[in-house]
Amino acid sequence: MGSFELICPAGNPAALRAAVDAGADAVYLGFRDETNARNFPGLNFSRPELAEAIAYAHARSVQVFVAINTYPQAGNLAPWQRAVDDAARLKADAVILADLGLLAYAAEHHPDLRLHLSVQASAANAEAIRLYRDAFGVRRVVLPRVLTVPEIARLNAEVDVETEVFVFGGLCPMAEGRCSLSSYATGLSPNKQGVCSPASHVRYEPRGDALASRLGGFTINVFGAGEPAGYPTLCKGRFVPGGGTSADPAYLFEEPTSLNALALLPELKAAKVCALKIEGRQRGKAYIAAVVGAYRRALDAFERGLPVPALDLEAMVEGGAQTTGAYTRAWR
Amino acid sequence: MKPTLTLGPVLFNWPAERWRDFYARIADEAPVDAVVVGEIVCSKRAPFLAPVMDEVIARLAAAGKEVWLASPILVGSDRERAAMRDLVESDLLPVEANDMGALALLEGRRHAVGPFINSYNEATLAWLAGRGAVAVSLPAELPAAAVAVMAKTGAALGLSMEVQVFGRAPLAISARCYHARAHALHKDGCQFVCANDPDGMPVSTVDGQPFLSVNGTQTLSHGYLALAAEIDRLRAMGIRRFRLSPQDLDMVAVARAFRAVLDGERSGQDVMAELRGMTAVPLENGFFHNMAGAAYADAPAA
Repeated sequence: MGSFELICPAGNPAALRAAVDAGADAVYLGFRDETNARNFPGLNFSRPELAEAIAYAHARSVQVFVAINTYPQAGNLAPWQRAVDDAARLKADAVILADLGLLAYAAEHHPDLRLHLSVQASAANAEAIRLYRDAFGVRRVVLPRVLTVPEIARLNAEVDVETEVFVFGGLCPMAEGRCSLSSYATGLSPNKQGVCSPASHVRYEPRGDALASRLGGFTINVFGAGEPAGYPTLCKGRFVPGGGTSADPAYLFEEPTSLNALALLPELKAAKVCALKIEGRQRGKAYIAAVVGAYRRALDAFERGLPVPALDLEAMVEGGAQTTGAYTRAWR
Repeated sequence: MKPTLTLGPVLFNWPAERWRDFYARIADEAPVDAVVVGEIVCSKRAPFLAPVMDEVIARLAAAGKEVWLASPILVGSDRERAAMRDLVESDLLPVEANDMGALALLEGRRHAVGPFINSYNEATLAWLAGRGAVAVSLPAELPAAAVAVMAKTGAALGLSMEVQVFGRAPLAISARCYHARAHALHKDGCQFVCANDPDGMPVSTVDGQPFLSVNGTQTLSHGYLALAAEIDRLRAMGIRRFRLSPQDLDMVAVARAFRAVLDGERSGQDVMAELRGMTAVPLENGFFHNMAGAAYADAPAA
């Protein structure tokens, strides 16, 4: 088992250069449309930008993975199939797919293209992973954030497919690719349009000294005077379990927090995880450079058996809070 | 072809006696053609149903219902994997797969694809049909335009295509138990607090607006998805199966109402009015009309 691969996000060409220069082993990105799960305004890559990105990365021995990980729309498969064709033509090192029909298309039309299974496919057990390997030749699976590290270790002992796990950034508390919360509140969905809690449906509403954040027709949070107002990501809002009203609403699903699994490097290594993924294609180049650089230093120290330096990433985590999420059983 | 009315699995943690009695009444009184049974949300609850499972299946089968076993939605832990394998290997009844792992184990056998497997387009349908699926239940968030394409493709592939027409829309599944979390408990020591909420735990916004419904590790819509007024349109598209998801209300009456629409004896609007009289929970159809799922659109005549 070699070193961990460090897989880093890029939402635009500047972020890609920052990730490459800061020590990424591979960068993942998407096209500027609904074919990828981070379809936010002003983000992602045109075809010429992808070509340049691949040239820049390959000149520095860094790989580029193209995420085409939304579910193609019925009756309109062409944009997704074209995305796969273009990624192959431009010599992407892998495409990251979730949809069964698109996996079948890629396997049939581009037999030499390396296929990774997106976290959006939510493959959480050995039986499912073997199916993706046998049916489509999938070489790597990005594991959904529903498994503990011991469960990941048992899974890797059973399947001969590489596994990649998230180690830093935003945390989905729901099984990815199986969540329609955003669609329920706004009509736009992660699976269909590649958006979660879309900015087009966000409103901030002053209420005296307080500030309410709304998504679609629903209030997702109310922040008191002086309390920092976060983005109304639906599953990170305050709600009233039991219904009715309450003076003390709760973060029912998850607090505003970021995943940071740095402390679990030894366990993830022992579990035979192949690649570590940083989340944040919507982040700027300064964030990418800081997080990727910190993780690079930590991984280099870890691989040499040296003490892992403490990462000063407090400013980089949502709500100033960090969690190891589903990797540890207590989170459940 | 006569449309099939399907009763999906009970998603909530009902006591075994209540669960058994519910299905006894369904067997005797509900005009449903197919019944899908099984604990698909939480593997910790399954042992409670095990002692009455055979009795329920026998009763439904004796009443002439087509009985399917549903596989769990989220399969990660050893316990969940064992449950999935037992289900498929028992080989007693056809299985509706709700996870790709179950689908993997079902190769070469007659099976259905449940609404928790992502079937969003015709290429995916073709792949599923090629592996031996005979029926596919579509995800709740698909809008009418997508349903129409799926119905047409499914028919050409010989698949029996299904749409949920009643009951809370399933919105998310997690490794974390939100019922336990709301009670300051841990999933491992949950005390089965989900049993307190036979129709899900209501979740409102800080403004007191009803929003969601929590069912252990699952999150559902607060409103009941209700597509009675859209049934003629769905039939015209080629949809052959219509799924009711059990809620804590008179499901025999709900089944009779939908059967009457399918048989052309009552209008969808008339049945929507009856449903509104049966429950204070709002009725929703936004997903189908390409709006927020929580919305309700007056359905135009087909």
